[in-house]
Amino acid sequence: MPLELFTVGEPIADTTAPRDVPLPDRWNERKFRARLVNPANRRRLSIIVVGTGLAGGSAAATLAEMGYRVKNFWFQDSPRRAHSVAAQGGINAAKNYRNDGDSVHRLFYDTVKGGDFRSREDNSYRLAEVSAAIIDQAVAQGVPFAREYGGLLDNRSFGGAQVSRTFYARGQTGQQLLYGAYQALERQIGLGNVEQHPRTEMLDLIVVDGKARGIVVRHLITGEITSHFADAVVLASGGYSNVFYLSTNAKGSNVTAAWRAHKRGALFANPCYTQIHPTCIPVSGDYQSKLTLMSESLRNDGRVWVPKERGDDRNPKDIPEDERDYYLERNYPAFGNLVPRDIASRQAKAVCDEGRGVGPNGLGVYLDFSDAIARVGQAAIEAKYGNLFDMYNRITGENAYETGMRIYPAVHYTMGGLWVDYDLSSNIPGLFVIGEANFSDQGANRLGASALMQGLADGYFVLPSTISNYLADGPFPAVDATHPAAVEAEQSVRAQTERLLSINGTRTVASFHRELGKLMWDLCGMERSEPGLRKALDRIPEIRHEFWTNVKVSGEQGIFNQNLEHAGRVADFIELAELMCVDALHRNESCGGHFRAESQTPEGEALRDDENYAYVAAWEYTPEGEPPVLHREALEYEYVHLAQRSYK
Amino acid sequence: MTTQPAQRRAPKTGRFDNSVVKKTVMAVSGIIMILYLLAHMVGNLKAFSGPESFNSYSGWIRTIGEPALPAQTALWIIRLVLLAAVVLHFWAAISLWRQARRARPVPYVTKKRVQQSFASRTVRWGGLILALFIIWHILDLTLGAVNPVGHDSTPYDRLVASFSNIPITLFYVVSMVLLGLHLRHGIFAATQTLGQTNKRRERAVNGLAYLVAGVITVGFLLVPLSVAFGLID
Amino acid sequence: MTSTETRTMSLTLRIWRQRDRTKKGKMVTYHVTDVSPDMSFLEMLDVLNEKLILDGDDPVAFDHDCREGICGSCGLMINGIAHGPEQTTVCQLHMRSFSDGDVLDIEPWRAGGFPVVKDLAVDRSAFDRIISAGGFISAPTGTAPEAHSTPVPKKNSDAAFDAATCIGCGACVAACPNGSAMLFTAAKVSHLGLMPQGQPERDSRVLKMVAQQDAEDFGGCSNIGECSAVCPKGISMETISRLNHDLLGALRAGGVPTS
Repeated sequence: MPLELFTVGEPIADTTAPRDVPLPDRWNERKFRARLVNPANRRRLSIIVVGTGLAGGSAAATLAEMGYRVKNFWFQDSPRRAHSVAAQGGINAAKNYRNDGDSVHRLFYDTVKGGDFRSREDNSYRLAEVSAAIIDQAVAQGVPFAREYGGLLDNRSFGGAQVSRTFYARGQTGQQLLYGAYQALERQIGLGNVEQHPRTEMLDLIVVDGKARGIVVRHLITGEITSHFADAVVLASGGYSNVFYLSTNAKGSNVTAAWRAHKRGALFANPCYTQIHPTCIPVSGDYQSKLTLMSESLRNDGRVWVPKERGDDRNPKDIPEDERDYYLERNYPAFGNLVPRDIASRQAKAVCDEGRGVGPNGLGVYLDFSDAIARVGQAAIEAKYGNLFDMYNRITGENAYETGMRIYPAVHYTMGGLWVDYDLSSNIPGLFVIGEANFSDQGANRLGASALMQGLADGYFVLPSTISNYLADGPFPAVDATHPAAVEAEQSVRAQTERLLSINGTRTVASFHRELGKLMWDLCGMERSEPGLRKALDRIPEIRHEFWTNVKVSGEQGIFNQNLEHAGRVADFIELAELMCVDALHRNESCGGHFRAESQTPEGEALRDDENYAYVAAWEYTPEGEPPVLHREALEYEYVHLAQRSYK
Repeated sequence: MTTQPAQRRAPKTGRFDNSVVKKTVMAVSGIIMILYLLAHMVGNLKAFSGPESFNSYSGWIRTIGEPALPAQTALWIIRLVLLAAVVLHFWAAISLWRQARRARPVPYVTKKRVQQSFASRTVRWGGLILALFIIWHILDLTLGAVNPVGHDSTPYDRLVASFSNIPITLFYVVSMVLLGLHLRHGIFAATQTLGQTNKRRERAVNGLAYLVAGVITVGFLLVPLSVAFGLID
Repeated sequence: MTSTETRTMSLTLRIWRQRDRTKKGKMVTYHVTDVSPDMSFLEMLDVLNEKLILDGDDPVAFDHDCREGICGSCGLMINGIAHGPEQTTVCQLHMRSFSDGDVLDIEPWRAGGFPVVKDLAVDRSAFDRIISAGGFISAPTGTAPEAHSTPVPKKNSDAAFDAATCIGCGACVAACPNGSAMLFTAAKVSHLGLMPQGQPERDSRVLKMVAQQDAEDFGGCSNIGECSAVCPKGISMETISRLNHDLLGALRAGGVPTS
């Protein structure tokens, strides 16, 4: 690997997991060894929590219940809007209510295997271990999970799992779990235990004497830039799928909080691990602002096909059976339409690249229900998927019972994130990172129904136990806005804001975001190759340069200015994009959501290189023009056997 | 400007500050008035049995409970209960109306109705007109103060005199139609306010509202229209 | 599916512009052309905003986030109807619901409890305060019993879920002639009151939440039903009946409206 892309620094390691005891005992042992803060002292300790999603909301509520003074920040108008609200499918838990052989160990194993052997055993095991308590907690809060007629909780199998361990609330599981956490948080706000900061965006991290001690924020309504201090800072700011511009994430989802922390020294791990979901509604035009995911369950009854001939734009009903290519059934006779997400996505891209895609811009494949309707009748299909057909109809104006659906893959989750140890602490003491914002539990690919599990595990159970070990040394010496570190951070935020407003160029922020997103989707999306990534790495600095010389940001700093907010976020996405491409280029293997064209089996499947790449790539920020520094954390597998995935 | 969100406002802790309590007052007082209206309507229909029957019914109201009770005791109890119901109904309405005005300080430039009925939309203005009607009605037929034949007459005479007059009859008819609309919404609303509606009962409750409103309206219109068309004289 | 590709529309938009909470606002007219029927309503506003930015004008502020109808951020009054002519959120409303040449009045939610922040964005923190007053089950982390220790009849669980789907968008308040937040409040009272876990706080919850809704400059309910008719999640008026029932029960049991 040429040296100009990055340099290699010292290896790093997680030193907090008690490796001297067997895997199943480690979490209990860690809790036992962690120092505690006695209840009377907790009132003297303050914690900043950024974000109110499943991770942030549950953490803020729980820490406040424990007696810490919590300051909670979020950019939306209400904590209930956090993007966790949009998760559809469900949440896994090793309850084994179905008596089908599930166990903590099996969920752990499935998570590590699903992550294509690029996650930490310790973290994945703990995730499986606390999963059951999450369900108990949510039920106690009144989360209306689906139930059976006997009044007990219903489970379903999800994402090809062989056991039924997924708990769900119709297609709105994320919403219901989030409201559980939100209500717990609002209760603490009402009791005066949480200081709330709505419509407030974190724009910098304040590091004092090597410790994270505060954040600089901009109030989005008044434009006021202020500093806030605490004994510890918790980032729960979500993922960065919006680097692709079009994704299933909410429009406001961004990497800014995490990226600014990265610029202050926090390592960013595995940024190239992104997950692409195969069943989304395709793009319909240049104006498109976001993509909508439809439940994967549709593939249970739908058949995926494209015309055999390229450019065949006949109505799908007029294309005879022998002129259709059911390419998943053809290529994967054993799994057919039910191959895992990454394979289904890549195959769709391949047929579209051949020019056989369907729909207005050729980026779509058919998901056809006519066989299923002929077999079981439209009423049965309606009962199963009615809400999805309605949603499809609302967005496209088409009746999918008649025409079938058109689907295309879209980015919807990022496994990479800030590096954390077993305690969920970043390499900056006092900076903790939870939920999708960290990298820790999912490896290179996330299993269905595991994101909700991780967010809530971190927020309800893991962080509240581990943060005390750090806070036991507190309270730390008081810091206020006159501290040089705070003054410097605040000034840099003001300077950036002023600079963005002063450029007054000729291109909108959105046009840069769209260009960056398309570049990333084409070259660092479902399939990555060295030439493509090099091309991206040539282009991104040019976009960055043009952005900082030619962007036009409207309005002023001192008012509600959504254009200015967007500009700051896009500036960070551009920098992140470059690091993602470096990471993707340096990882010359295919694993999980990261598919390198150079690393595949003769059948065209992802080929891992465990000998050279069984590590976490944690990147250290360097100023523009200097290559980032790679710190490797070796991944050791004591309890699972590394194997190549096969779905033929 | 502050970055802190608006302070939580102190909740309203008085029982009668509570909007649901106000609505309950409205519902209960409304039900009392409906029960009265049903009795009143049945009494009115005595007009079809001729002057003697009507006048003796009118006299009977004043002598209920005699000789155990002093004259007109029952009547005054009814009157006081009714007066209290009217006052409370009015207080609740005005109080809720004022709350609603505070709740929308800036009006919409354009506002459309999606599903609200004519009855629900007119319930406040209709109520106000009905209040004026009641005052006139008492002056006219109870006290006879504004009645064409004056107060020194039998109830039956006053009835016939009033409804032989076309403008008075028209005012009465319009008021009864408004009453019907008021009851159509009011009965449904009272049931809902008292927490007695649900999806299963929705049709039944709406049916009941239409039925009671219809019976009362038609029942009250029979006598004046019969007078106006000369069926009663 | 190729039939809609070329058909585009031109629209006249009359949009409420207001610089901040303290300034007076007014309707301003804009023209948008080349509107595709497949655009969502918010994407149409995006196009307008990009044009305004390039022209050096202030883009129109409006709240939005997930754009798939679940976060509850967006909400506009379109020609006098909350969320526009379809019963869904504005982000899921598509331009095919309109015709070439239409004139659309676009206003923010208007309610004493929802002061305008800028243009079409309003402050809905009053909803959070209603939840904060009592819209929860007190179950601190760690106290939960095993999830199967209390079965919940499916009927109740399903009804609770129906009420729990409320996304807190505020359309109910916006549409209500009384500016009442009773449907929002009732949805949460119903959700929690229908579950066995919610019983211990059932009385105090309804008393506190209604007291808070009244304190936030929302109106009282007069059972008109506009709220339910525009609710993107179809929350039923039945929930308000249930709230009333619970409140009266709580008062009879000696409860006092308080918080």
